[in-house]
Amino acid sequence: MIINHPLLGPRDSQEFIYLGDANLIERPDWQAANAVETFHDYLYLRDNPAGEHRELWYHEQGDRSWLVVTRNTVTHEISKVELARDVARSKGRSK
Amino acid sequence: MNQMNRINGQPLGGTEATGAPRSGQANRLSGGQIDHAKTLNFRFDGKTFQGHPGDTLASALLANGVRLMGRSFKYHRPRGPLTSGSEEPNALVELRSGARQEPNTRATVAELFDGLEAMSQNRWPSLSFDALAINDRLSTFLTAGFYYKTFMWPKAFWEKLYEPIIRRAAGLGSLSMETDPDLYDKGFLHADLLIVGSGPAGLAAALTAGRAGAQVILAEEDFLFGGRLIAETYRLGSGSGADWAAAAIAELAAMPNVRLMPRTTVIGAFDHGITGAVERVSDHLAVPAAGKPRQILWRIYAKRTLLCAGAIERPIPFENNDRPGILLAGAIRAYANRWAATPGKTVAIFTNNDDGLRTATDLIDKGVSVAAVIDTRPEGKTLAGTTHLKGATVIDSAGRLGLTGITVRLGTGETRQIACTALGVSGGWNPNVHLTCHQRGRPVWDAKIAAFVPGADLPPSMSVAGAATGDLTTSGALASGAAGAVAALDALGITARAAELPEAEDAPVNVTPFWYVKHGKGRAWIDQQNDVTVKDVKLAHQEGYRSVEHLKRYTTLGMATDQGKTSNMAGLAVMAELTSKSIPATGTTIFRPPYTPVPIATFAGRSAGKDFRPVRQTPSHKWAAEQGAVFVEVGMWKRAQWFPRQGETHWRQSVDREVLATRNSVGICDVTTLGKIDVQGTDAAEFLNRVYANPFAKLAVGKVRYGLMLREDGMAMDDGTTARLAEDHFVTTTTTANAVGVYRHMEFCRQCLWPDLDVQIISTTEAWAQFSVAGPNARKLLQKIVDPGHDISNEAFPYMGCGEITVCGGLRARLFRISFSGELAYEIAVPTRYGDGLIRAMVEAGKQYDSVVYGTEALGVMRIEKGHAAGNELNGTTTARNLGMAGMVSKKKDAIGSTLSEREGLNRDDVLALVGFRPVDRSRPLVAGSHFINVGAEATAANDQGYMTSVAFSPNLGHSVGLGFLKSGGARKGETLRAVNPLNNEEVEVEVVSAHFIDPEGDRLRA
Repeated sequence: MIINHPLLGPRDSQEFIYLGDANLIERPDWQAANAVETFHDYLYLRDNPAGEHRELWYHEQGDRSWLVVTRNTVTHEISKVELARDVARSKGRSK
Repeated sequence: MNQMNRINGQPLGGTEATGAPRSGQANRLSGGQIDHAKTLNFRFDGKTFQGHPGDTLASALLANGVRLMGRSFKYHRPRGPLTSGSEEPNALVELRSGARQEPNTRATVAELFDGLEAMSQNRWPSLSFDALAINDRLSTFLTAGFYYKTFMWPKAFWEKLYEPIIRRAAGLGSLSMETDPDLYDKGFLHADLLIVGSGPAGLAAALTAGRAGAQVILAEEDFLFGGRLIAETYRLGSGSGADWAAAAIAELAAMPNVRLMPRTTVIGAFDHGITGAVERVSDHLAVPAAGKPRQILWRIYAKRTLLCAGAIERPIPFENNDRPGILLAGAIRAYANRWAATPGKTVAIFTNNDDGLRTATDLIDKGVSVAAVIDTRPEGKTLAGTTHLKGATVIDSAGRLGLTGITVRLGTGETRQIACTALGVSGGWNPNVHLTCHQRGRPVWDAKIAAFVPGADLPPSMSVAGAATGDLTTSGALASGAAGAVAALDALGITARAAELPEAEDAPVNVTPFWYVKHGKGRAWIDQQNDVTVKDVKLAHQEGYRSVEHLKRYTTLGMATDQGKTSNMAGLAVMAELTSKSIPATGTTIFRPPYTPVPIATFAGRSAGKDFRPVRQTPSHKWAAEQGAVFVEVGMWKRAQWFPRQGETHWRQSVDREVLATRNSVGICDVTTLGKIDVQGTDAAEFLNRVYANPFAKLAVGKVRYGLMLREDGMAMDDGTTARLAEDHFVTTTTTANAVGVYRHMEFCRQCLWPDLDVQIISTTEAWAQFSVAGPNARKLLQKIVDPGHDISNEAFPYMGCGEITVCGGLRARLFRISFSGELAYEIAVPTRYGDGLIRAMVEAGKQYDSVVYGTEALGVMRIEKGHAAGNELNGTTTARNLGMAGMVSKKKDAIGSTLSEREGLNRDDVLALVGFRPVDRSRPLVAGSHFINVGAEATAANDQGYMTSVAFSPNLGHSVGLGFLKSGGARKGETLRAVNPLNNEEVEVEVVSAHFIDPEGDRLRA
């Protein structure tokens, strides 16, 4: 596969490490009353779609960017690649 | 050449009508794409033969009158080539000898060179007499499903009896068992357009794209370009197809934007339009040129791929249709036209289409006698110059080691014997859709040519042209190749004009489907490579294996190395008939990469021997090697395990000495392999506070703190020490094994969880050489190399202190007062390039204290004696609480893993706790992995109390010590348990003790 890195252009997927669902960005609030439950769901409950999937890839053999890659799990077609940091900020994550 | 006489079963005249046969090459014709003027000597099964440049092993053997080239897989039936190309199921041979011996090469693609040695396979003692041919007599018992039915019971027989017998009988070629001496390589190519195949479609496409200036790769699996153009006699414009192909190649070769790749098989179409190809750089040479690889595995990144892979002819199964001399009609035509060879002097043709008639015409023109054309079609034009039998079928053949004649059933029902030494069979042509299936594309049925053609769901950026689309005429192939290139380039924004094309034949094939001959009770072969017959398909049907996927697996149809290129259709047709369904309703199997078999060496490329994976050496490696150190692999690192001294014959002697010397005086150990991560920024302290379970925010500058890192699920992930060098600058260490993973995790936290923290991290593992200096004399040793002005006394540089210093007269260094061994200890780091110098300086400085350098074994012994957890304890299933560090997990802050470590199940009273163990009988050794069972309880999983993680012989205590996890361990000190090792049926009584065997109060650390 080829991942079109937002900063470096098209790179072979061999340069990357795969992590999983991009929802891992949305880490819950540790002080919430039901924190154990929300952390449990955050960590263990995953969608397993046949189709579009947003997932985290790490450019380990490159610039060490974490990326959010939107990939079709059936065709492997990649429709979008973003810097995970930008996605995290767009989800309201900051410090 | 008596052998040949006997096999052919006919007298050989001294002259041929169409050419003067040379010594031995009785079936050599004139013309073709071979160099008659040059002779190549080669050997097959020990006999010497002659051929010519341009020959394949198969064409040269056929020219020499040799049709028998192998034995079949299961029944050991005598077999010759069926085809003239890479789809060959039968003629598999071993090439070369010694370390270069390679099994299972198709003789039809093995390019002849002078001195080539080839051996037939799967026969003993000889090809003409094969003892295992008895299987053929036993065929009634060896039908489809034979393995499943026969080798089921008794179970005990499987490993000892059945498997060894099957292993000996199965398989074809043999391995030399020597190391392959040749180089294999990998390469990467980029192009606008990859054209797969150089027949009329591929050449028209290449000319069109090349002239438009596009970056073009033309890959051809053959050593000659031209595909069918060089195997046919028809005209292209005013010249021959071969002439036109040669002119096209000459023009393309002169274009700097076109890369011509002969001997290159595109083996797979992968994600995102990437293709894989194998270039056989040196297979046509006895030995590769110096420094040149044997084969190259190319990864081709082409923006578009145009598949011009042509079509593959299919046989018509009939009884005994597998004798040497029975070939596909198109193959016989190719041997005659391209290779000037014929498998026999008298040939018959069995066809259901006009293409078969063309073979007869070409052979007659070449002076080969065509005994008869057996045409399944009752109507149609009549061929002159031979006996054209319409509405007739071949129902049997004769000849034990090679064809001597056939039995024909005429339209009238009567049978006729026809003497012939070769038979060309044509059941029509299947578009070569192989690569179109590699992304799970499904071919669709085309009734016009009674074959499957590529479907709409092609691999990304691939399109198809020529015969591979089902257009089986030359004019159609040329036009669709040119149009395919124009369309492919148009998609890239490159304007191309279709190359002007010569006039070419456009005769339809006129195929009338005829799938197999129903007459007779004998066996009619469908898949010759896996010995699958029509009867086997019927048996599969009878036993309920009717879906194509079941049929395939039950009979092994199409599951040989040729993936059923010549056989899948017939199998499908038989099943369709049995189930009264149409062929497309019965289904089709799809193909997988690789298109043809690829040697494992080619996939390995340069990653062989010492280059199998990188080796990381520590900065003191050279010094350690000089001392005769024994090294151990730790990931990619090579670490000194111990340093044997003269007179030491057992590793324990060395390790015990290193441990005792360290605890009694001073020892030095290279700990560079521990991961080092430099953390900087105004939020660095806050960042560490969140990635470690214990607090870091208030760590003072100049101090070091132990850190426990959890995974988000609350399990311990890693541990290490973090030194605060400045307000906004920390250096954190990881375990050797987790250096990469921890860094990755920290980047995840930094970028994905807290993107606005002001913190930067970088791995500096390779930047610093780091040594532990441990033992009561550690400070004295270091004082000899630390520059004056840096006070490292206990008062100025206490336990868990750190600082930047200089050593050896101005070399910058970092000093950390930390201890893994439990002794007064420091770790000292210098830039990596000074590591070798530093170890030598420290060893020199340590001489007056009888210092030692210790390896990973002594390191392990001392950390077990001290009760420090390491990889065996941080095994991914243990929590801070299990490790006795529950108090470290701060509840006042957010850190990775802190929330989920509070889960109820992880905090029950009886959870495993890390404790120490010693054998009740102090002379007995302990075994890591043993499970604890209460005295008197049965050793079952239900009674399991925990397990031993680490053991060592403690030279300080004089007995074995162990660490392990025990249910409610903290409350059970003094208790006696059994450490049970069911693998060896052994057990040891152990006493539960504190994990801190040495200096439990930690006085030594602070000395």
